[in-house]
Amino acid sequence: METFLGIDYPTLWYLVVGLLFSGYAILEGFDYGAGAWHLFLRKDLSRRIAINAIGPLWDANQVWLIIGGGALFAGFPVMYATMLSAMYIPFMLFLMLLVLRSAAIKFRSSEKMKWWRKTWDIIYFVSNTLIAFLLGVVLGNVLQGFEIHEDFVYKGGVFFSFLNTYSLMVGCTTLSIFMTQGAIFLLLKTEGKLHERLSFLLRKGMIFFIISFAITSLYTLTFLHGVTDKFKENPVFFILPILAFLAIANVPRLVSKKKYSFALIFSSLIMAFLLMLVAFQLYPVLLPSTINPGYSVTIYNAASSQKSLGIMLTIVAIGAPLLAFYFFFLYKTFNGKVKLDDTSY
Amino acid sequence: MDTEILARIQFAFTVAFHYIYPPLSIGIGLIMAIFEGLYLKTGKKEYEILTRFWLKIFAITFGIGVATGIIMEFEFGTNWSVYSKYVGDIFGSALAAEGLFAFGLESTFLGILLFGWNRVSPKVHFISTIGVFFGSMFSAVWIVVANSWQQTPAGYHIVGEGLEARAEVTDFWAMLFNPSSVDRIIHVWQGAFLAGAFLILSVHAYYLLKGRYVTISKKAFKIALVVATVISLTQLISGHSSADGVAVNQPAKLAAMEGHYNKSSAADLYLMGWVNNDTQEVTGIGIPGGLSFLVHQDFNEPIIGLNAFPNDEIPTQVNAVFQLYHIMIFIGMFLIGLTLYATYLWLRSKLFEKKWLLKIFAFSVLLPQIANQVGWFTAEMGRQPWVVYGHLKTNEAFSQEVSSNQILFSLILFFVIYSILFLLFMYSLNKKIKHGPYEEAENPEEFLKYT
Repeated sequence: METFLGIDYPTLWYLVVGLLFSGYAILEGFDYGAGAWHLFLRKDLSRRIAINAIGPLWDANQVWLIIGGGALFAGFPVMYATMLSAMYIPFMLFLMLLVLRSAAIKFRSSEKMKWWRKTWDIIYFVSNTLIAFLLGVVLGNVLQGFEIHEDFVYKGGVFFSFLNTYSLMVGCTTLSIFMTQGAIFLLLKTEGKLHERLSFLLRKGMIFFIISFAITSLYTLTFLHGVTDKFKENPVFFILPILAFLAIANVPRLVSKKKYSFALIFSSLIMAFLLMLVAFQLYPVLLPSTINPGYSVTIYNAASSQKSLGIMLTIVAIGAPLLAFYFFFLYKTFNGKVKLDDTSY
Repeated sequence: MDTEILARIQFAFTVAFHYIYPPLSIGIGLIMAIFEGLYLKTGKKEYEILTRFWLKIFAITFGIGVATGIIMEFEFGTNWSVYSKYVGDIFGSALAAEGLFAFGLESTFLGILLFGWNRVSPKVHFISTIGVFFGSMFSAVWIVVANSWQQTPAGYHIVGEGLEARAEVTDFWAMLFNPSSVDRIIHVWQGAFLAGAFLILSVHAYYLLKGRYVTISKKAFKIALVVATVISLTQLISGHSSADGVAVNQPAKLAAMEGHYNKSSAADLYLMGWVNNDTQEVTGIGIPGGLSFLVHQDFNEPIIGLNAFPNDEIPTQVNAVFQLYHIMIFIGMFLIGLTLYATYLWLRSKLFEKKWLLKIFAFSVLLPQIANQVGWFTAEMGRQPWVVYGHLKTNEAFSQEVSSNQILFSLILFFVIYSILFLLFMYSLNKKIKHGPYEEAENPEEFLKYT
């Protein structure tokens, strides 16, 4: 098997996909999170400001989902095909909510009628909340494993079987961390009364997150088998949960000192550390089989050919610096508080 | 209904709906870049007004294009899992490259394009416009490459058997430049330029008919007319080259396009007609031996017909392929005639004198849209029963683990949401057109002088 810096290609691609999904969670995390507070903001002007805070950024942030999906398809086609077809209903709902959310951003402020804006406000709020929730639900299902038989044949999948206790808990956790992330982001973008309102909401968000996270962690450790095995084998990786806890503890501290940029960095780190935790615990499995561990989808049996992975790693090596430059330029241009003008939504 | 049919209906519906928007974005993007370039060069207010006006329409088109496009990316996995595993090694790298090189470019610069007027200099804004336009062109490249590989696979080998079988890339460049990709990329780009150019022609023809925004509309109309004329004409070249490629690489598709059944005889070229699949005859008007002439420059040279292939390796809907293909050709010819005639009038300085011509232009916006749709339907239906030509059949490629009820559920939801989205799009397009590029003062001509 071909390697680069001593790491085999499937593992490298696993890191690429992990990085892309972390980027997606962090960036779209504040977009979805901001949207999940939408109905908690009372005035029409506040809602407009909240939408325009993500206005120039959300389309770009969505790139991480598109590249992440492409990278999964390209590098681990078996994983892409098995997960999406097994999770048919949640993914279809997720995709349609994405469409509704885009429509809400584009059309909400295009008319002045009260009923028009109210309707879109509700659609916007519901779609953002459910998207954040569904992402966690899918993650929860992946962690529990699927009924995968030989040759990656998936069985099971009654209409709503994706909604189970554990997946609902993980759903609450993703929603609450996104809401925390979103509120911190909005605090960076707003001033005055809206700013005060948001700092009040952020405290609620952090409490929601800490409760959901604690319950989910306890449940994971109690009921999911073998989640700690990897850590016992490689104690050095205990650093990951420790770092995650430190980051979680640091966010309220920074918020109370009104250092919102740093708070945003640390709430992003929470997501990054937690995703690393999941990635490390699963590795090299991508989708555990509940019937026989031998039937699990792993980065080796799901991977594209060495040749193809090599080509794609080259594409990433060329494309990543370009993308980093675009993002740097975009975020630099729209740094600072929201100012509404005639081009705003 | 069974899973396969429902999955096919859903894919066709979502992709056809999606394909209303990206071509418009590419086409409007081109002409918007011309407007803004002229504004930078001349500093004239009218070009700025045109840029800002078309940017608003571009924004909605682009937005819906992205929203409906994400669905396509994931629908391969949800509904076509066997296919996804089969082509992932090849198709995946094209999609990943699309995301990194094309979509990354267009959607980051989109933010600056839409909201950056007051934050960046006019030059940087123009660069953003170009960035978004190029990004959308590159997107088309990668998507068409992936589709072309399904039509004319190259640079690969098949590994494994049965459910485990899949294509693996052996030569990236041969995969990228497979026999049909260059012709089809150009053909698709041109179709997109026409979609955008005719929307602009249509809107400004409408203003001219109403006597509104006359000065800027004349300018915009002329610029779009140049694009439309050049592209309609050159579309003929890429179209012909594409068809030549089909003759070599996908003979069964070519035979279906002209309803040619005989194993090996000279084939006719129809202007219009009706294919009877049972009697294997075409009733219609055409040039005897015309297809032979186009392919081989000889009216008597034989062309391989549908009967030369096993029954389960030819499209079942021959008449549909025939009709869709001929609608595209008919529209293409009509657009050439229309734009050439308008250019002729322009050269004689009579372009805006004929009201009936402007009326035709006002309605002409639908024609490239229809041609783009039927063109793709010809390409995809003509490839049947294959999803990857010669290797994987459509009826083996869908997700077996998804039940028909699940697809019915998502199909209905798609139908409802897309209908609403389409109504919103039409409503908002109409509103922006009615509102116009600027607030009209009492005398629109005067307004321009002072701004």
